[in-house]
Amino acid sequence: MSIWRDIKGTIEPFWITLRNMFRPVATVEYPEVRTELAPRYRGRLILTRDPDGQERCVACYLCSAACPVDCISMQSTEAENGRRYAAWFRINFSRCIFCGLCTEACPTLAIQVTGDFEMANRNPLETVWEKEELLVDHCGQEPDYNFYHHAGIGVTAARGESPGEDKPVDVKDLMP
Amino acid sequence: MPEWMVILLLIVAKLGLIFMVLLTLAAYLVLAERKILGRMQLRPGPNRVGPFGLMQPLADVIKLLTKEDFIPAQADKWLFLLAPGLAAVTALLTFAVVPFGPPITLFGHEVPLVVCDLNIGVLFFLGLSSLAVYGMTLGGWASNSKYSLLGAIRGLSQLISYELSMGLALVPVVMLARSFSLTDIVLAQSGVPFALVNPLAFLIFLISAVAESKRIPFDLPEAENELVGGFHTEYSGMRFGLFFVGEYINLIILGSMLTVFFLGGWMGPFLPGVVWFSIKVLFVCFFFIWVRGTLPRLRYDQLMHFGWKILLPLSLLNVILTGAFLLWRQG
Repeated sequence: MSIWRDIKGTIEPFWITLRNMFRPVATVEYPEVRTELAPRYRGRLILTRDPDGQERCVACYLCSAACPVDCISMQSTEAENGRRYAAWFRINFSRCIFCGLCTEACPTLAIQVTGDFEMANRNPLETVWEKEELLVDHCGQEPDYNFYHHAGIGVTAARGESPGEDKPVDVKDLMP
Repeated sequence: MPEWMVILLLIVAKLGLIFMVLLTLAAYLVLAERKILGRMQLRPGPNRVGPFGLMQPLADVIKLLTKEDFIPAQADKWLFLLAPGLAAVTALLTFAVVPFGPPITLFGHEVPLVVCDLNIGVLFFLGLSSLAVYGMTLGGWASNSKYSLLGAIRGLSQLISYELSMGLALVPVVMLARSFSLTDIVLAQSGVPFALVNPLAFLIFLISAVAESKRIPFDLPEAENELVGGFHTEYSGMRFGLFFVGEYINLIILGSMLTVFFLGGWMGPFLPGVVWFSIKVLFVCFFFIWVRGTLPRLRYDQLMHFGWKILLPLSLLNVILTGAFLLWRQG
């Protein structure tokens, strides 16, 4: 009979809510208690330097193109030694969705994510970060990588002989 | 000090005390509700303002008082301004007939712990709870907003359908107590509370009281997912606050009424009467909050169906059965 089911379905939830009332609270009370961030947490973006202390960014606009919300803008320019860099570089963090696609697009590993997410601000204009604020003086998560040691230099060694390069695959080896 | 002055002072002190306790209790009931609902959903509830969030009601009042008091352009201004007051005042007035303790003796005077022991207290309560709907209806009508109007219409028709079964659930109580005075009704329950004598009437009254308080699962007048805010959509600041306070005072009133009519009022062993009364009222208030944390909102036709086709016949049947039982017992 469905009326018993209805009565049971009305009474039972009361027991459930009462029981849950005495269970520990699941809320993390943030400013006092902080959860441990995931190792690959995507927070505020930074512009890193290579191990030599030079800016990694070559102002290729790939991050700007990859950004789904168009929050990155820059102006490229060239130094006297022919190295490209960004004349100005601007990230609008009130628009950024912290997807990390810019870091994936970056060929020089210049733009990287950090674990910082505390950028709340009363003034929306202050959430727009300029290059001086974005640029840090360390290598971020990639301490050894230097783009110019891999790119733009003549090939001197035979295939598979350059540092960090795998030997070419012998396709005939894969025969069953 | 002359005799009449002592009596006057006692009455004023009693009124002031009731007023203060009722308003403070209503404010803290809001906090208690938020806390309890929070715990039921594994949240801590408000805990930032003061220790355990105990200053939250004060912060809310300051916030409401400093907010803009907005009146819509096409609103019926006077009704719009009047309605929230009506909602709060009718709720407050109802407490006049609630006896919250046995008479005590102060300065050689016997002071009954009730503002006014009307011999038609039950009718006074029913009358004022019907009047309370005017605050909501006029507020919804005067706002000149479709959501407000829909909420007001819903509240009105809901009230009509539930007031009937509520009144009819009280008829057996009156028959058992042989009086319309709430004090006599409490005194008649010195042995067994009427909730055990007539559980059906208790259940009907309980459901009607939840419907009367316009709370989940019968909160269709404000149904925020359908009607934005229902009848108080256009209200802001302290006028909204008055509606809000009125709702919680109403909750206390209905808790007291349930206590007086069915749970034996101030009757109870060991503890003083006032303490027993408070415990019972607070328990009923907790139950109302518990219901809100548990049940979903009914659909409007379900509510009407339930009110007219189930509760009303059931309460009529209950009146007849109780009458028959009383006649049979008389012999």
